Amino acid sequence: MNNSLAMKQSKGYRAFAFVILFLLAVFFIFPLYWIITGSFKTAAAINAQQPQWFPLEPTLMNYTKLFSQPAFRWLANTVIMAVGAMVLTCLTAALAGYALAKKRFYGRKILFSLLVCAMALPKQVIVIPLLQEMNFLHLHDTLWAVILPTVGWPFGVFLMKQFSETIPTEMLEAARVDGAGELRTFFSVVFPMIKPGVGALAIFTFVNSWNDYFLQLIMLNSRTQWTISLGIARLQGEMASDFGLIMAGAALAAIPIVAIFIAFQKYFTQGIAMGAVKG
Amino acid sequence: MEQKSVPAAAKKPKKERRSEFSGMSKALVRRETISAYLFLLPSLIFFVGFVVIPMIICVVYSFLDYGLAGFEGFAGLNNYIEMFQDKVFIRAFWNTVLIVVVAVPTVTAFSLWVSSAICPMKAVTRSFFRCVFYLPVVTGTVAVTVVWKWMFNPYTGLLNQILGTTGFNWLGNPKTAIWCIIMILFTTSIGQPIVLYVAALGNVDQSLIEAAQVDGATKLQVFWKIKWPQIMPTTLYILVITTINSFQCFALIQLLTSGGPNHATDTIMYYIFDMAYKYQRFGYANAMGVVLALIIAVFSAVQFKVTKTDNG
Repeated sequence: MNNSLAMKQSKGYRAFAFVILFLLAVFFIFPLYWIITGSFKTAAAINAQQPQWFPLEPTLMNYTKLFSQPAFRWLANTVIMAVGAMVLTCLTAALAGYALAKKRFYGRKILFSLLVCAMALPKQVIVIPLLQEMNFLHLHDTLWAVILPTVGWPFGVFLMKQFSETIPTEMLEAARVDGAGELRTFFSVVFPMIKPGVGALAIFTFVNSWNDYFLQLIMLNSRTQWTISLGIARLQGEMASDFGLIMAGAALAAIPIVAIFIAFQKYFTQGIAMGAVKG
Repeated sequence: MEQKSVPAAAKKPKKERRSEFSGMSKALVRRETISAYLFLLPSLIFFVGFVVIPMIICVVYSFLDYGLAGFEGFAGLNNYIEMFQDKVFIRAFWNTVLIVVVAVPTVTAFSLWVSSAICPMKAVTRSFFRCVFYLPVVTGTVAVTVVWKWMFNPYTGLLNQILGTTGFNWLGNPKTAIWCIIMILFTTSIGQPIVLYVAALGNVDQSLIEAAQVDGATKLQVFWKIKWPQIMPTTLYILVITTINSFQCFALIQLLTSGGPNHATDTIMYYIFDMAYKYQRFGYANAMGVVLALIIAVFSAVQFKVTKTDNG
């Protein structure tokens, strides 16, 4: 009796939870839906007093207007920046994470604590002093000014260390006995084993650097150097009421990254989960 | 007395060192150290160059008068003293605290509820929901913010059209503006905690749960007595990252309200940006940066303490 009552309750609760989750899902998807549909609406539909749930007279006007701006250039800048940051981060972090996990050397503990402490720092606080450093290095207003600090952030090293710890030490010893040098051991034994981790880190870095608005805002000044996020933000400042144009920009920024994320989300969720659960 | 204690202290690290390098000859340790640092070198160049050095610059500049004309003299503690007399900074501080105090518990509790609700579901449904809640993070703060700005628009915005409150200026009203910002911050913050919680809940020792169920434990008991302690490290991690992110709330402010109306939505981060970018007062901006970092460190330490003692 008691048991079946509990079952009923739990079934009721489960249905209730599902309904709530479903409504929330709608709420979370809606902004993206509103961006995409908004980008195809005419000015009249956008400024109408009644909401138009779906563009009744779809138009490409907003996109034509968007591409009269250097929007392709902004998109290209964003891709170059995100890919550059991704490749450099994965390479340096994989090498460093392996050394931290599998080598016994003087200063290992101190170095690791330093990296963990740095991760707890607010990232944006160091962006203002970074601006001065980049001015000094004459890198301000170049994509390097955005790429280099992204690579320096220690999260990648931390994540790669977690993955490298799963490599059995015997395999490394076997490679050494077979006469493989350090680099060969890394590329033929270690790298294939930490590939899932590298994949996760790659997507993580790509998405984060694509969306790191604050860093881009501080570092990139001239119109031809902007990323797509900066482009939309500035368009919004200049033409605040042309929501069709702004939605087209937002769609151009969001759709590629959302598509990439959905395609690779399995690696991504595994990756961040692993980095944190084991840490 | 003194002589006795010194060798005892000196012995201790030696013992520890022996355990870490047990079974390794001196030459091997040296070789390993050299190769390890070669592996670490590329990463360390970036880390030192673009994280450690800016940190040092930040602290050093906070003691200088550094403005439009460059170096103007030593300020000593003046930048710090000015901060506590600066009404805008104090306003920004309390706004930031409000955002953190509201956002961190709601994000953590809500993501835990969502995760435990979707955890027992089928793999496809689970990853669908996980993906959906992560969507605002991927879409990007800027894209999400501009669409909300449109939805909040007094005349053409969806919100007023649905509620029938045409003309109400959500972002222009000092009472509602900050709550709009907290709400959007919430939607862009729960993605990562959910991913982490789902993974952590999946790792909870099943045999313990089954044993408790055999003993007649209710679902709530199983949750609080078995799952909750085991996901504690994840909770701590989520608290810390959400705190850091909420303290750094910037893009939403800049794009939605620019700190207005009348500083009602200024945050420390936005004020730092204003100081550095608009007024070019780098010394003062960096001093505020140091203070923000210290505040975050204190918050994180408190969370660490509380969760640790909770755990027994």
